Amino acid sequence: MARLTEENVRLAREIIGRYPKARSATIPLLHLAQEQDGYITNDAMAHIGELVGATSAEVYGTASFYEMFKFEPVGKYLINICGTMSCALMGAEELMHHAESRLGVHMGGTTPDGLFTLEKAECQAACTEAPCLQVNYRYRFRVTSENFDTLIDQLQAGELTSEIPAHGTVAAVRQHIPADRGVGAVAPEDVTEGPAWLDGKAAL
Amino acid sequence: MTSNPGGTWPHAPGFIVGDRPQIVTSRFEYEDSYTLQRYLATDGYVGLRAALGRPATEVHDEVKNATVLGRGGAGFPAGNKWGLTPQGVWPRYLVVNGDESEPGTYKDRLLMERDPHQLIEGCLIACYAAGLSQCFLYIRGEMALAQERVATALNEAYAAGYVGKNILGSKFSVDIVLHWGAGAYVVGEETALIESLEGNRGMPRLKPPYFPAAIGLYGQPTIVNNVETLANLPWLLRNGAAAYTAIGTATSPGTRMVAVSGHVKRPGVYEIINGITTFRDLLYGEEFCQGIRNGNELKAFVPGGGSAPWFTPDQLDLPFEASQVGPAGSMLGSGAIMVMDSTTDIPRAALTLTRFYAHESCGKCTPCREGGTWLERILSRVVDGKGTDADLDQLMEVGESICPGSFPHASNEKLGIAAVPFPYRMNTICFVGPSAYVPVHSALTLFRDEFEARITKRTLIPVTAVAQ
Repeated sequence: MARLTEENVRLAREIIGRYPKARSATIPLLHLAQEQDGYITNDAMAHIGELVGATSAEVYGTASFYEMFKFEPVGKYLINICGTMSCALMGAEELMHHAESRLGVHMGGTTPDGLFTLEKAECQAACTEAPCLQVNYRYRFRVTSENFDTLIDQLQAGELTSEIPAHGTVAAVRQHIPADRGVGAVAPEDVTEGPAWLDGKAAL
Repeated sequence: MTSNPGGTWPHAPGFIVGDRPQIVTSRFEYEDSYTLQRYLATDGYVGLRAALGRPATEVHDEVKNATVLGRGGAGFPAGNKWGLTPQGVWPRYLVVNGDESEPGTYKDRLLMERDPHQLIEGCLIACYAAGLSQCFLYIRGEMALAQERVATALNEAYAAGYVGKNILGSKFSVDIVLHWGAGAYVVGEETALIESLEGNRGMPRLKPPYFPAAIGLYGQPTIVNNVETLANLPWLLRNGAAAYTAIGTATSPGTRMVAVSGHVKRPGVYEIINGITTFRDLLYGEEFCQGIRNGNELKAFVPGGGSAPWFTPDQLDLPFEASQVGPAGSMLGSGAIMVMDSTTDIPRAALTLTRFYAHESCGKCTPCREGGTWLERILSRVVDGKGTDADLDQLMEVGESICPGSFPHASNEKLGIAAVPFPYRMNTICFVGPSAYVPVHSALTLFRDEFEARITKRTLIPVTAVAQ
C-alpha cells in the first residue's frame, strides 16, 4: 500500500488540471487516496506531495486539519452521530448511549469485526430532522433506538451496499470537464487583461 | 411529518412549502427537481440568457438595485461586495461558499441537493456581471449527496453548453470547478475557505484586508458568495429588481430560507418573506411551526444560528429585519432558529453549543483556542454539579478576554434588564471564539438562577486573603 494506482494518478492529473495552482488539488487528492485505501497512508501523502509540488510534511499538515481524513484504518461503516444543539435537544445523548451499547464500543471505537466505527459528530446540517446521523456521510433522520437497530441489522446483512459505499468514498459521482468545452485553468500571473465580455456590450 | 423508521433516503423531508412567494425553492416540490430536464422546463437558464443579452455593468446594476443581502451570516449586499474589487487587477475569481456548518442552519444543502442548476446559473450571472474568470464551488465535505447532485448538474450543463467555452454561443466563457472540503467548521469563514481552497489548513487570514475582494485566492481579487445568495440571481434576472424589491421591505427585500428546529410541533425549512415575517409567525403560525411541542411554554430561542445571542418570548414580535434584531441584542445570521421549551436544561443546552465552538477552534488566536476550551471545561463542571460559585464569574471573565467590553444580549422585562445591541468587540480574527462565549453569556444573563441551582460548592478563601 499505497501510492495512488495508475487509474487514480490519471484522475489526480485531471483534477489538478482544473486549478490555476496545483496545490489547490491537495484536499480532493487526499479524498481520492482515502477512497482507494479507506484511510490516508504516509505513502499516499508522499505521492500527493509529488503530484502537487509539496513535501509530504506539508500534505500531512493540511490533511491533519480536517476531521474526515483518518490516518489509521476505520470500520467499513463510519457512523457519525450528531450531538450539537438541535440534536441534543431532541435526544442525541440517549441515542449515543444506545449506539455504544448496541455496538459494544465507545465513541471513537471500532467493532472487532472491522465493520463499524462510531463517532460523535458536530452539526450535520439536518437540524429539523433531529436526532440525525450519517453512515459514510449518508443521512439517516429522526433516528430512534429502534431504527438505529434496524439500520445496523441492514448494514450487517449487506442490504445497503448499493446505497452506502465503503468508507473512503464520499461522492459517488465525479465532475468531468470535456476537453472541447472547458476554458482551462490559467496561472494568475499569466493573466494581464480583463475578460473579453467586459467590453461594454452585450455578450449575446 | 411522521417518524421515518430506518430513515428516509435520499431527501430530507424538512422543507415545507406554503402559500408564499418562492424565489429560490420553486422547484423543490418536483421529484426530479435536480435534473437539467426539469430545470429547463421551469424557466431554467432564462435568467442567464437575459443577462447575456445586456452589458455586464447593467447586470451588475440590476443586482445592486435589488439589494440582494448576503445570506451567509453577515448580510452584506452582494452587488456592493462585487464592487469592492480593485480596478484593473486580473484575474478575478468567484468562490462559492457551500461549507454550511453553522449549528441549526441548513438551506444551502437543500439548494445544492434539490436545485443545483439554479445555483450554477447564479454563479454564471455573478461571473458575467463582475468579470470573474473562474468559479470554484466549495461544498462541505460531509455533504455527499449535494456533491453528487452538483457534479451531475455540472456535467449536464457542460455538455449542453451552459458552462465552459462560449456559453450559449456568446463571448462569455467561464469554468465552474467543483471543490469539496473535509470537515472543519471554521472553513465557512471566507478567508479560511480561501486558505483551504489553496490546499492549506483552513485558518482565517489576518485582517486587513477585510474583504478577499481586494486580495483573495492566489492573492487575486476574489468574490466569496453564499449558495443562497447566488441562488437568488436567476429569478432576479428573469423578473427584474423592481419585482424583487416588491417582496419584503426596502432594507430587507426578497425572501430568505429559515430552518426552525428543536421543540416546535412542525420543525422545518421555510422560505419566508424577508423583513416582515416575525418570530411569532414562524414559531406559532399555522403555515409554519404551529407552536411549541406538547403545548409547552417557550423558554428561549436562538434566532440566527448557534453564533447568535439568545432571545426569550419577550422578543417574539420582532420581524426578520437586521435593523431591528441588531439593536435588540442579536443577529439574523444564517437563518436558523433553535427552539427551547420549558423542559429545557439551559446550562446543558449552552454547553452543547460552547462545546461545538471550542471543538471547532482552529487554534490560530489564543483567546479562542484557550478561552473556548476554558469556557467548555468550566461550564461542563458546573453542569455536572461540581462547580463553585466563583465559576460563574470566571466564565464571564474568560469571555471578556475573548470579547472585551459590553456584550450583546436581549432585554428581559421580568429581570428588568435592557438590551445591549449587537455586535461585540473581539480579540480574535474570526467569529468562532466569540461564538463560544455567546451561549454562555446569553444563558447566564437570562437564566442565572438555573446555574446557581447547580452550584454545590462554595469558594474556598483565597490564599492571598489569608496572608493579609
